[in-house]
Amino acid sequence: MNVSSLKARPQYQAVVTRRTLKKIASKGAFYLLILIILVYIIFPFYWAIVSSLKPMTELYSNPLTYWPNHLTFDNYSKVLGNNLFLHALLNSTIVSLLVTVISVVLGSLAAYALGRFRFRGRSFILYLILSMTLFPTIAVLGGLFQIVSSLHTILYDQLTALILTYLIFTMPFTVWVLRSFFQSIPVEIEEAAYVDGANPWQIYYRVMIPLALPGLATTGLLAFIQAWNELLFALSFIITPERQTVALAITNFQPQGGQGYAIDWGQVMAATVIVTLPLVALALIFQRLILSGLTAGGVKG
Amino acid sequence: MSQNVSAAPTNLKVVRSTLHRSRNIYAWVFVTPTLLVVAFVALYPLAQTFYLSFTNARFGQSQVNFVGIDNYVQLTTQDSIFTDAVKVTVIFTVITVVFETVLGMVVALVVNSNFKGRGVMRAVMLIPWAVPTVVSTKLWAWMYNDQFGVFTDILHRLGIIKGNFAFLATSNGTPFAIGIISAIDIWKTTPFMALLLLAGLQLIPNDMYEAARVDGANGIQQFFRLTLPLLRPALLVALILRTLDALRAFDVFYVLFGNRPDTESMSVYAQQRLVGGGREGYGSALCVAIFLIILVFVVVYVSIFKVEEA
Repeated sequence: MNVSSLKARPQYQAVVTRRTLKKIASKGAFYLLILIILVYIIFPFYWAIVSSLKPMTELYSNPLTYWPNHLTFDNYSKVLGNNLFLHALLNSTIVSLLVTVISVVLGSLAAYALGRFRFRGRSFILYLILSMTLFPTIAVLGGLFQIVSSLHTILYDQLTALILTYLIFTMPFTVWVLRSFFQSIPVEIEEAAYVDGANPWQIYYRVMIPLALPGLATTGLLAFIQAWNELLFALSFIITPERQTVALAITNFQPQGGQGYAIDWGQVMAATVIVTLPLVALALIFQRLILSGLTAGGVKG
Repeated sequence: MSQNVSAAPTNLKVVRSTLHRSRNIYAWVFVTPTLLVVAFVALYPLAQTFYLSFTNARFGQSQVNFVGIDNYVQLTTQDSIFTDAVKVTVIFTVITVVFETVLGMVVALVVNSNFKGRGVMRAVMLIPWAVPTVVSTKLWAWMYNDQFGVFTDILHRLGIIKGNFAFLATSNGTPFAIGIISAIDIWKTTPFMALLLLAGLQLIPNDMYEAARVDGANGIQQFFRLTLPLLRPALLVALILRTLDALRAFDVFYVLFGNRPDTESMSVYAQQRLVGGGREGYGSALCVAIFLIILVFVVVYVSIFKVEEA
């Protein structure tokens, strides 16, 4: 970094001040750039929060206010009093949690076998799973819609349809990332356990799982976020309003007691803020884990 | 039993091979649940989609006739809405991928330098990616509002427009609509692209820049001669992932424009035909067509990769 300063050659006063000025200017430009990027990323969220806190009269008046003159939590109490929206929050929580648990439990078993065992058919299974991580879900929609709609009582218009079909995009990714995670664990630990007479099943849940916890957390988080955000399958398989997920509920948002306007944007913004909060919290808390998982799946994949 | 001593080596072999065999069995036991899920939710539906695409199946009708390649003939020669959807999606893909890559690179280079609050910055950059596309589209739809949207207000204050400006109206034409919708995707994905590139940037050792500086290379030369070539693998992978995502875009199009014919993406059109219209046969043919179009892009990218390696 400081090669030039180490050389310590004599310099004229004027040159020095010009240099420091230049340094200050470039530093200023740098921080201005950072500020622009931050504003670009944050402004839509800021605008949603501000809009959700305005009373309707202020929301729909020109010129716009960039901070509410009258703060109100009216929109939030209306949204949280909206039964359909509360149902949606509950449904999304159930679906996302179950999808996460199933993908991590089944996926980690497969990942352990694929990462550590040599058996016939292994490379075929690996290629199958890798190709599925790039697979567009729209390609299976036709067949899936027919299967789901023909299994009336157990799948059609049921949350089970979502829990099952979401595994298409969570499982391959989970297996792929966890496999590289298991491979990074030293073989000696496993060998020691074999010498002690443990069978593969014991080694999996007594030795490997505790060591792979960060990887399990990462893939679990990503599966949760993906399931929480999904729209295509929810829109295709769910009809009953009480069984909507949050993505679907926000898409078809029906405001309570809206007057004069087709869509009450204050309530829509309050709903989006509520839905977004858990994700923002997860993203901020587990930033490092998520990033390591994404680069493992993305850059190496 | 009497040959106990002399048979010791073979015994070891037997023990090894039984251990190997039992581990083999365990491996299959571990892999089977995942394989069953994959077979049930992916392989079987994929096969079913291919099969349905050669039939005239309709939702709620039990009689299904085999119609050969009729659906495919129809969608390539008579279905102008589908050809429009393909154009819209490809233009959307080119615009978003180019902007996201260039802007993402700029952001990655800025964030890669040492400054206070870099950790916070990276956390903030993750948020647009984590938010559902449905939500980000609603946020922008409100900002695009013709009368009370923030963009109308800003243009108004700057004196560029008088009265309202209908960003989302059909009368502005398809190119304008694609620009409007691309802006949402670019906002959501650029920070994520930057994070992927940042991971690649951090693998480049600092000594290389030192060496380049000693040799008298300026910032621009350093970027084109050093950073870009070393970042190439990470960049290509990010490009592939982004392109595939953009080609199958559904949420942003559906939430912003619904099934407005001139601004549908391929996925929206297929989903509407299939689920809304109940045309399982024709809709499946659309799904297969989209799959093939995406496959073409994958093959092109993979061959570029191969050329790079050779």
